[in-house]
Amino acid sequence: MKILVLLKRVPDTAARIRVAGDGLHIDPSGVEYVMNPYDEIAVEQAIQWKEAGRAEEVKVLCLGPKEATKEIRTALAMGADSGILLVDEAPARDAPSTAESLAEAVKEGGFDLVLCGWKAVDTDDGAVAHFLAAHLEVPCVTFATKIEPGEGSLTVHREVEGVEEVVEVPLPAVVTVQKGLVEPRYTSLKGIMMAKRKKLEERSAAAAEPRIVVRKMSPPPERPEGRIVGVKALQVY
Amino acid sequence: MSNGVLAFAETADSGLKKSAWEVVGAGARLAEELGSSFSAVIVGEDTTDRAAELGRCGVPRIYTVEDPALARYTSDGYSAALAAAVERAEAEIILLPATAMGKDLGPALAARISAGIITDAVEVSAPDGGLVAVRPVYAGKTRITVAPAAAPVVVSLRPNVFEPAAEGEGEAEVIALAPGFGDGAIRTVVKDVLAPEVRKVDLTEADIIVSGGRGMKGPEHFHLVEELAEALGGVVGASRAVVDAGWRPHSEQVGQTGKTVSPKLYVALGISGAIQHLAGMSSSRCIVAVNKDPEAPIFQVADYGIVGDVFDVVPALIAAVKEKVSS
Ligand SMILES: Cc1cc2nc3c(=O)[nH]c(=O)nc-3n(C[C@H](O)[C@H](O)[C@H](O)COP(=O)(O)OP(=O)(O)OC[C@H]3O[C@@H](n4cnc5c(N)ncnc54)[C@H](O)[C@@H]3O)c2cc1C
Ligand SMILES: Nc1ncnc2c1ncn2[C@@H]1O[C@H](COP(=O)(O)O)[C@@H](O)[C@H]1O
Repeated sequence: MKILVLLKRVPDTAARIRVAGDGLHIDPSGVEYVMNPYDEIAVEQAIQWKEAGRAEEVKVLCLGPKEATKEIRTALAMGADSGILLVDEAPARDAPSTAESLAEAVKEGGFDLVLCGWKAVDTDDGAVAHFLAAHLEVPCVTFATKIEPGEGSLTVHREVEGVEEVVEVPLPAVVTVQKGLVEPRYTSLKGIMMAKRKKLEERSAAAAEPRIVVRKMSPPPERPEGRIVGVKALQVY
Repeated sequence: MSNGVLAFAETADSGLKKSAWEVVGAGARLAEELGSSFSAVIVGEDTTDRAAELGRCGVPRIYTVEDPALARYTSDGYSAALAAAVERAEAEIILLPATAMGKDLGPALAARISAGIITDAVEVSAPDGGLVAVRPVYAGKTRITVAPAAAPVVVSLRPNVFEPAAEGEGEAEVIALAPGFGDGAIRTVVKDVLAPEVRKVDLTEADIIVSGGRGMKGPEHFHLVEELAEALGGVVGASRAVVDAGWRPHSEQVGQTGKTVSPKLYVALGISGAIQHLAGMSSSRCIVAVNKDPEAPIFQVADYGIVGDVFDVVPALIAAVKEKVSS
């Protein structure tokens, strides 16, 4: 199985988010960036298969700013074989334009499986995978909490509404991962050293027309001042 | 003008879901503001009865798609069914709920019909003749106001936020569509559904959530969380700390890397209120927090805070709620 894992560079979940002066984007100053937590799970799953002899190749692909080489190196240090960065200086993109720009690099790789996070924790869209699958003309299965590779197909357990659905999907396919699939590992010093010698290719991203325009970014509405009460004073009904 | 609004009314075994009424309510108001046509679509089984029920709220036209291939939800099957309705209705704005199903179906449909997508919207309106939506991003740490650059656009609506359509005396024109599902139209096969003994309401759609954190001290004390949830008619949630410790299943995690929830009532028991947890629940209508540390950040978002030990407070709360319910 040849696997491509998509990864996105996003603000650390602990980051406080402030609106930039343009009123359209976040202010990146002081914000630390990391690999999207769900993409970490996808990378971990792919390298576990590689270690178990069930995958020959694990490549990672990221569309993002030049600084995203850091997140790709993290994936390489975890155990991925090589990475591609499609350099894109646009501060934000919508799902269809992201998928359009990713599609070409994905197509030329001839992958059996494209793994990605079920959503990126910045845009919270959870939409890129389906658009990408449409470009590739392959099926897409979302929210995987367990994946068993078979002969030319996968059995995927997906978590939906308190039940677990077991789905069979032929390869090639795009699958998005949910928490609970596997626990991502920490990078080891040895892994970090090895990652420096692995191939990380940079290209410029193809432009694509956005379908959605951001008119304004604003802080969430303030919550009214709360009260400290005793149990008896509480009128929850 | 062919700028119709189409609302997907989600159904479950038990019939129309609560979110169906919310999406239809929001769709009717939006269509009126836009001065465009409005219709709804129902997919799956028993669509005739369900269309009659939904028609009572005054939606003028309902498309139904019933086919053995749609007995179970699949992205391919349902997105193809909706695409047929979009075409027939000449819809340019398609609304669906951001439920577990909608989170898959929205992008699948948008990709199929080459539409733009706005996910998890909390406001939709047409202030200057075109659709404008507001949605939280960065797990609710900020929000964006967005508009489509071109038609069509698929918009998913966050559950529990929009005013549901009221049932009345209406009767809709019902149009059955039969797009046909040939070989290879549905590329995934649902092999099995592993359901727990009691099937619970999904957290994202629950009206009332009672969550426990590390302050509950161990999985053996979660019966208190469960009892309070049951007394209130709600479901159980959890912080990541207790999920990672293996006390509770992943599906119960609330927060930035768990479920984003907006219930009417959110009760946090022994949860500190880390930024990632707050991100997932701070848009709840009413928040009640119990924590023994008066400085715990959860109190910054709580409407009602109780400073105390969960092992004293929660049994008292359970008793108080039970008394209130029985009286
Ligand atoms: C990438 C990333 C993603 C994350 N995503 C999430 C997420 O989605 N959801 C999430 O919840 N967290 C998330 N976290 C973790 C988050 O940072 C916190 O570690 C976690 O929320 C803490 O859980 P807690 O409040 O149960 O535990 P603690 O922080 O340990 O808090 C326990 C609280 O219980 C109180 N307490 C103790 N004993 C009692 C008692 N007897 N009675 C009353 N109160 C008591 C204490 O005062 C304390 O405030 C994430 C972290 C990272 C790094
Ligand atoms: N810019 C990007 N580069 C690489 N992968 C991405 C990018 N944006 C999204 N993805 C992938 O698509 C998943 C879902 O993202 P989204 O649909 O934006 O929530 C992420 O978890 C990534 O795996």
